[in-house]
Amino acid sequence: MRRFAQLYAALDDTRATLVKLAAMHRYFATTPPEDAAWGLFFLLGNRLKRVIPSSRLRTWLGEATALPDRVIEESYAHVGDLGETIALLFDRDDRHEPAEDLPLHVCVERLQALQNSDETAQREFVTQQWRELPFLECLLFNKLLTGSLRVGVSAGLAARALAEHAGIDTPLMQARLMGDWKPGVENFATLLARDASSRPVSQPYPFCLASPLEDAPASLGDPADFLVEWKWDGIRGQLIRREGQTFLWSRGEELLDGRFPEIEAAAASLPDGTVLDGEVLAWNAQGVMPFAVLQKRIGRKTLGKKVLADAPVVFRAYDLIEWQGEDWRTRPLSERRDQLERLLAGADPAAALQLSDVVRAADWSDLALLRETARERGVEGLMLKRLDTAYLAGRKRGSWWKWKVGALTVDTVLLYAQSGHGRRSNLYTDYTLAVRDGEALVPVAKAYSGLTDEELNQMDRWIRAHTLEKFGPVRSVEALQVFEIAFEGIQASSRHKAGVALRFPRIARWRRDKAVADIDTLDDLKKLLPSP
Amino acid sequence: MDLITVTDKGLYCPAGDFHVDPWRPVPRAVITHAHADHARTGSKHYWCSKPGLNLTRARVGLGGGITAVAYGQRFTLGDAQVSLHPAGHVLGSAQVRIEAHGQVWVVSGDYKRDPDPTCAPFEPVPCDVFITEATFGLPVYRWQPPEEIAREIFDWWQECKAKGECAVLCAYSLGKAQRILAELMRFTDEMVYLHGAMTQLVKAYRQEGVAMLPTDAIGNQPKFFDWKGRLVLAPPGAAGTPWIKRFKPASVGFASGWMRVRGSRRRQSWDRGFALSDHADWDGLLKSIEQTGAKRVLATHGNTDALIELLRSRGIDASELNTEFEGEHGANRPLDAAEEASA
Ligand SMILES: [Zn+2]
Ligand SMILES: [Zn+2]
Repeated sequence: MRRFAQLYAALDDTRATLVKLAAMHRYFATTPPEDAAWGLFFLLGNRLKRVIPSSRLRTWLGEATALPDRVIEESYAHVGDLGETIALLFDRDDRHEPAEDLPLHVCVERLQALQNSDETAQREFVTQQWRELPFLECLLFNKLLTGSLRVGVSAGLAARALAEHAGIDTPLMQARLMGDWKPGVENFATLLARDASSRPVSQPYPFCLASPLEDAPASLGDPADFLVEWKWDGIRGQLIRREGQTFLWSRGEELLDGRFPEIEAAAASLPDGTVLDGEVLAWNAQGVMPFAVLQKRIGRKTLGKKVLADAPVVFRAYDLIEWQGEDWRTRPLSERRDQLERLLAGADPAAALQLSDVVRAADWSDLALLRETARERGVEGLMLKRLDTAYLAGRKRGSWWKWKVGALTVDTVLLYAQSGHGRRSNLYTDYTLAVRDGEALVPVAKAYSGLTDEELNQMDRWIRAHTLEKFGPVRSVEALQVFEIAFEGIQASSRHKAGVALRFPRIARWRRDKAVADIDTLDDLKKLLPSP
Repeated sequence: MDLITVTDKGLYCPAGDFHVDPWRPVPRAVITHAHADHARTGSKHYWCSKPGLNLTRARVGLGGGITAVAYGQRFTLGDAQVSLHPAGHVLGSAQVRIEAHGQVWVVSGDYKRDPDPTCAPFEPVPCDVFITEATFGLPVYRWQPPEEIAREIFDWWQECKAKGECAVLCAYSLGKAQRILAELMRFTDEMVYLHGAMTQLVKAYRQEGVAMLPTDAIGNQPKFFDWKGRLVLAPPGAAGTPWIKRFKPASVGFASGWMRVRGSRRRQSWDRGFALSDHADWDGLLKSIEQTGAKRVLATHGNTDALIELLRSRGIDASELNTEFEGEHGANRPLDAAEEASA
């Protein structure tokens, strides 16, 4: 645990990317694989389930330190973090440090076993660790215990560090890490392998992402160089058919198995070794249905007849990234699209697996007119994809563009929550939302509308359970919840840390399908600034 | 009758008709030490400890008369017998012992229990009522031995040197800076560069015979001086100002008791924090209170609630005394990011 605790502290102490990378290199180079696998698991932003509620920890803390409750409460309020408060209270010279370091994987196993123990055994184990562990390890232990560990790197940077450690390309490492990577010696060795053959059957590819188009489309050149499609307002997905099995992944790297049985059934007809990129949409005989309808299906694993009938779904495919077991990402889009059309041509238009149609127009001004019809068609605008480009991992400017209509939108992550006013004064309803800037998260907007009462209640519970620090009425929370915010305009502003100010920001929707890695960057936002 | 009460001018002793560390001008002021919130200008006559004379004079100016008294030497003010005793806080810092009407009260001023090569160690003074500071009156504040912190500072300096960076260490100009200069003598005899606010104070310490690393003023260096690998001491206020840019590339550290809590360090964006304080930690406060044998304790400065709660649980008559003393600057400030985004 010592090495990981030191890594945790080093990552927490610096904002410099190179220093973070160096700390991770040192960690991977000096840590045995059974521990490094768990270290990686946490670096990727995963966490353990909360083993013990913090109220119980506070009770034990009072008993173990023999301090009056009020003194403990004052200390906690001052430090703002329960894990650190505990570690500080036990950081005494007279502590009996154990001779040997508790390996990280052993610590994790014990914590997991603790879930099934009775309270006395739990208490004995936990308070013993408090008394024995040196400060940093104790802090880490508490964060694992409460399921609140947050390391100071993005999953992308962790992947880069591991790729450099293994001596392979970062995109390959990212591909290997896609999906629900499980920590273990063998899986860890597979990640580090120099040959690319050892890939789990369910593994998706990193998604290719589009950049917002801020200039006039004519700046892109000849429209004939582009494949133009509608920009669907659903859940981006990757549909995998390999070895007789089907896997559907969301862009948030979540396996959606069992949620959309219609799509899985339709995918059974695909040949093995096929991977499609496309959109999950609620769709009936009249065509696409609003996102709110699709939302009824999200997060639901048991599906009644009524939900299936009210919110039927389809997968509209727009790209083919693996064909006959071969990675097709380096082939140009024109070739991928041709093969995709041959594959899905003649499919039943009522089936749950469909080909996303191409939008054809003579020139940019015709396309601009078509784009104006986006709202009535239930789409967000147009997608412009260069026909001669490969399928790139992440958001590489130049190949895919999104040309949206109406209010501008941006995906953000919740950083701070504040309690509301009036009828909602007991709920955390005012959100401060951030975009990514390098490794940092920069607040760009404060918004307090757009969620339903039920969603607000859910979020309120979540906020209370995931608070990092409290400052009066404000709580900082773990950066995990993604919200799409809409706004009317954007201006440069020296008064804001981000350097930009949004006009009338509001929450457009709670993006439970997205992970914090998917949020927009400050650069994306700045590109929306009107040119001077 | 209480030997000390709080008036709008400060802690007042009616029996002796004098104030201790008054925050407004008064006829007679007994000064515990030369920090700005304890030694203020404008009073008519001052009493301070002998080793604190130069520092106190520099602070309060030449307007009033000053009587310097040796530690332990009794003098009479009105009906009160007064004496000063080492507080271990900074050079010349004193506790004020007041005896009158058959009672003994002690005003601690600021104090600490850790060894400090720049000043005389705290002396427990038995009393009936102890007025204690409580800047770090929470059990999360426990100091590591100062030589360990000094070792961390030295190691950080060497790391900076290896990386070709300047090590800029922010610390209070009076007390902390000199203590660091003295502690670092265990490891090196290299020159350290001082911000202008510190040069006179370091000189005053040298005049009192305190041994420290050789120092030179930053302003004395030529225009294109190479700051790589040097150690620079600056007051905390210098951080984040254009002045500090000249040392780039630099690592900026802060030596303060508040750095014990990671959140304080992170929120204030210090590259490094060193938990070195000239105030007593939780154990130091409790030990000192116990050693005075006081049955009644009045707490000032900062985090008094937890300390009072604990003392009461031990049967001591403890309460808060409201003063304008400031404790150690740089405590938790609520994050302004949420505010900022709403503007
Ligand atoms: Zn002081
Ligand atoms: Zn003070």
